Amino acid sequence: MSFTRYLVRKLAWSAGALAVAVFLNFLLPRLIPGNPIDAIVSSLGRGGAEAGTLKAVKEAYTEAFGLDKSMVEQFFIYVNNLLHGDLGKSFTTYPQTVGDLIGEALPWTIALQLPAILIGWIVGNILGALAAYKSGWFDRGAFISSLFVSSVPYYCVAILLLYVFAVVFPVLPPGGGYSFGTTPEWTSAFAADALEHYWLPFLSLLVVFIGGQAVGMRSMAIYELGSDYVNYSRGMGLRDSKIVRYIFRNAMLPQITGLAISIATMVSGAVITEIVFSYPGVGTLLFNAISQTDYPVISGVTLILTVMVLAANFLVDIACGIIDPRIRAAGGVE
Amino acid sequence: MKLSRFTSRFYVALGIVFLVAFFGTLGPLLFTGKDLTTVVGGLYDAPSGKAWLGTDNLGHDVFTYLMYGTRSSLIVGVISGLIATFIGVVVGTVAGYVGGAVEETLMAATNIMLAIPQIVVLVLISVALDSRSVTSVAIVIAVTSWPWTARAVRAQASSVRTREHLDIARLSGANTVSIIVFDVLPYMLSYVVMVFVLQISIAILSEAALSLLGLGPSEGTSLGLMLHWALAWESVRNSAWWAFVPPTIMLTMVAFGFLLLQSSLDEVFNPRLRRDSGRKRRKRIASARTAAEAAEAATTSGSGA
Repeated sequence: MSFTRYLVRKLAWSAGALAVAVFLNFLLPRLIPGNPIDAIVSSLGRGGAEAGTLKAVKEAYTEAFGLDKSMVEQFFIYVNNLLHGDLGKSFTTYPQTVGDLIGEALPWTIALQLPAILIGWIVGNILGALAAYKSGWFDRGAFISSLFVSSVPYYCVAILLLYVFAVVFPVLPPGGGYSFGTTPEWTSAFAADALEHYWLPFLSLLVVFIGGQAVGMRSMAIYELGSDYVNYSRGMGLRDSKIVRYIFRNAMLPQITGLAISIATMVSGAVITEIVFSYPGVGTLLFNAISQTDYPVISGVTLILTVMVLAANFLVDIACGIIDPRIRAAGGVE
Repeated sequence: MKLSRFTSRFYVALGIVFLVAFFGTLGPLLFTGKDLTTVVGGLYDAPSGKAWLGTDNLGHDVFTYLMYGTRSSLIVGVISGLIATFIGVVVGTVAGYVGGAVEETLMAATNIMLAIPQIVVLVLISVALDSRSVTSVAIVIAVTSWPWTARAVRAQASSVRTREHLDIARLSGANTVSIIVFDVLPYMLSYVVMVFVLQISIAILSEAALSLLGLGPSEGTSLGLMLHWALAWESVRNSAWWAFVPPTIMLTMVAFGFLLLQSSLDEVFNPRLRRDSGRKRRKRIASARTAAEAAEAATTSGSGA
């Protein structure tokens, strides 16, 4: 039953991290000097919003946040709202709830990131294992270019790809998730349109993911190369492809753990990449919310990002536990 | 340290880093005459003799902005790198050396900080700040980027803890602080240097990410702010390449230079990582499997940049 214990342990860690994130989400906006709602309402007023709307916004928020109550009470109101799935209402698009806004944006973000992370991980690891095994010019070329590609910030790759493939050679659309004037619907025409807009953001994420994974896999595989079982397999005259498969399986484990560590970076990199392409996901939502100091939306997006990363990490932990019998046996050591 | 221990990769990396550093520090002293307020033309004028890299959305000289932007990005990198390395090393060594409940508490805090994505905490703190100077952005980044350092340093410190010279130090009555400073830290110094280099590059990239989100320094310029304005004013879709290509290349060079420097320092400090061709390599690697964990820590944190 130690696998269950391992899962419970991991779940407890995620829950702890989530609790801290919720607490930060609660506390930090309340650290803004003066009443945060006054500050935001007055900046909305400068933006030309009507006096009636402003008053409604202010009243709604003073009540929702319970700003006249003590901090402890406020915290419980906040947590209670969260537990009911209530993330509050947006300031700038007032009657709309934050939950709805995020619900619209989230599918785009997941559709962009999940395939990029998975394909990038697989291709990157194969490339890294091959580079370590082949050595020579292939290794040097693959390693230096992977190191270079993985150290280029996501948004830089995104900007350059956007410029080259949408402006210099206009083969792909220059941004957005779908063509201007269409609305998301379940038709093949819309799917084709969305796919066309998908390529550039997807590729710019993929290139960087592949590079990062290849660099890590190469150094893991180099150590595997010196091990007894590889020498023995060589002595037996096994085919290269077979030996590489053995090396791959052994070096893969730390790579899966590495994936857990780098998921947070990948997600935040992807969030910024969305801004470059004005892709209609949570990154662009966050960007717009920040430029309009729409605090409930900012807070909602950061919370969703935390949940996404924690959930992804937990899935990786489960995968680790299933693949590696040692983890199951030990019940998980931190 | 003999010079032959440095690989050509190290010199390339050092060259890139020095080039960028000279550009950012000496550039504004050499090419005087224009500063951040000088307007030399209109919206996105193409490069000319008057403005070598054209003008930005407000008619400022992009070349001048690039120099000052590189400078503030480097300042953010160094300040944040110093603070983050300091916090990480202190937390890591104390946890690794003292052990027990102290270690468990510190590592629990570190692991929870690691689990929450850095960008989330960065955004939340930056939004709460009314105005942001270059220094305060650097401090905010430092406060959020130390945890992986603490975790990696703790592993190193607890392996040093069992060494015999520490018993002698304890027997001769040295106190905990002096043992940590004189007997534990020197063993990890090379590692701390690499951590510092990596923290610099992480901080520069974090600053750029924050600026792109619209949460960069509220005065002056930086490489990230240049990109932010270039994107906001649609320079990419209007083919004004001079507005976004220079900061993009500069950021890439900074990130690549520091990462290359870190990985080549790794080779200098840890000869088992060096790799030559053929049989010699295999022999050497056979004795190197113990270093696997250290390399794993370095590469996973490296991909974190």
